[in-house]
Amino acid sequence: MNIVVCIKRVPETSESEIKVDESGKDIIKTRLTFDINESDNYALEEAILIKEKLGGTVTAISCGSPDNDATLRMAIAKGADTAIRIDTADLGEEVQPQIDSFKIAQLLKTAISKLEFDIILTGCMAKDDGYSQVGQMVAELLGIPHAALVTEIKIDAPKARAKRELEAGLLEVLDITLPALFTIQTGINEPRYASLIAIRRAAAKEIKILKWNELGMQDTELRATIESLFPPPIGKRAEILQGTTDETATKLTNIVKEKGLI
Amino acid sequence: MKNVFALVEHRQDKIRDISYELLTKGQELATLYGGELTALLLGNELTKFIDSLKPYAHRIMIVEDAKLKDFNAESYQIVLSNILKQEQDFLLLMGHTASGMDLGASLSVELGASIATDCTGIEIENDNIIAIRQMYEGKLLAKVNLNIKAKSIITIREGSFPPQVSNLSAKVLDFTSPLTAEPSYRRFVEYIEAPLGEVDITKSDIIIGIGRGIKEKENLLLVEELAKTIGGIVGCSRPIVDAGWLPKDRQVGSSGKTVKPKLYIAIGISGAFQHISGMKGAETIIAINKDPNAPIFSEADYGIVDDLFKVVPILKNKLTAMKA
Repeated sequence: MNIVVCIKRVPETSESEIKVDESGKDIIKTRLTFDINESDNYALEEAILIKEKLGGTVTAISCGSPDNDATLRMAIAKGADTAIRIDTADLGEEVQPQIDSFKIAQLLKTAISKLEFDIILTGCMAKDDGYSQVGQMVAELLGIPHAALVTEIKIDAPKARAKRELEAGLLEVLDITLPALFTIQTGINEPRYASLIAIRRAAAKEIKILKWNELGMQDTELRATIESLFPPPIGKRAEILQGTTDETATKLTNIVKEKGLI
Repeated sequence: MKNVFALVEHRQDKIRDISYELLTKGQELATLYGGELTALLLGNELTKFIDSLKPYAHRIMIVEDAKLKDFNAESYQIVLSNILKQEQDFLLLMGHTASGMDLGASLSVELGASIATDCTGIEIENDNIIAIRQMYEGKLLAKVNLNIKAKSIITIREGSFPPQVSNLSAKVLDFTSPLTAEPSYRRFVEYIEAPLGEVDITKSDIIIGIGRGIKEKENLLLVEELAKTIGGIVGCSRPIVDAGWLPKDRQVGSSGKTVKPKLYIAIGISGAFQHISGMKGAETIIAINKDPNAPIFSEADYGIVDDLFKVVPILKNKLTAMKA
């Protein structure tokens, strides 16, 4: 099985303060830490697990600036055989920050169509924008079937049986003909950590760089663009209990007691 | 003139609530555009659904085919693209659900349409279609312009538009299914229901919900002691189940359980919308989180901004003393 896994490097935002930059369309990224997108990490692990079971290769691919190389090297350290980065710098200063899912999908499709593959894996959602679009678009552009939100894959070539997660804990079982694309839901496996030796070895590995214009793409038209970013309106807000830890715990205990909550 | 379409979502012989939300918003937009709202209903044995949909749309387009019995992104896409390729100017609304996520983006590629996903609002500004949606885990909102105005798809987050019963009386139209054979690449096999766990958290009056902030599996003990003290049960957000620290039946949220306890104490939970949608019906919500900007504080009644590892042991002692 030759497996391609698409990964995205995203800022850690759940425990950081997020501010809008001067353009009003992007965030200030200088103080943020970046890492592989959570569900992409599960997709990478799934790719490596399939390779370990059935043989073949894993190619990790990402779109963006040279900062992405660190994420791709980590993918190699964990078990990917090769890594490709599509450099988007040449898209120009106006287009690049606004690059949409469809443009990313076009870039990935063009690069992936030059490879031999049986399975393409992506995460089911990027944590930064939350769109959940790119995987399904890549599949459509390549003319292959896909399944989204996948929590189990069993390969029985030329088919695969997959489970995908629906609402309220319900699962759907489906059969799909390979080559196919799966967008992977978190929790499908236990992503590994790379060993220090593997990380050191991966540092010396070459990452193949593809320039977007070398991919034969000229069209820079975007289908969806961010007009503005802004903080959510302050709606209902909890009564925040003030004081030392001991004082807030006392206040909360009193509230619980007075309101008969326990 | 733009026509608005809404894809009716149904599963296991029931129309899903999101359908009425889409139709409610769709009618508002169709009125604004001077066009019509069409409810798209794909499946087999669909007659039973018609009466409940009639008041919500101008037209119901029915595609009856045994091959459409269960949702399948491949066959749904063939049908929807056949319908929409005949339209000069359309806006299609779908749920940002397991079905809508599977189908929407690939359909947009086939149709050459703009798409915005997981939206909580839609505004028409100077003839532009602007979708409102969360980014960065709910910390910011974005206005997204759909640049291909005449071909647009928007998927809507569940619970964004409360359904309002309307008094329309939809005209029912049949659209001949373009499917000539069973889908060739992807086949529905079966549904697997969520297994019944050892404990049913939906029956508990007091739930302590824990999230990523708990950091290590060993720290669960701390929360379990607190739960024991107050006669509650421990539930959790998705990352705890993903890590294998608690079984799936303890997960509160859109892909887990929906709970409505008297008291919900969220500890180390930032408040992703998937989790909020499962616990916002609790009578009283208390949140403990070290990040003052965590979205959970917009849902909670009372909050403590502090390190949970400092607060929880003290809180446990005080509650024990109170109960004594």
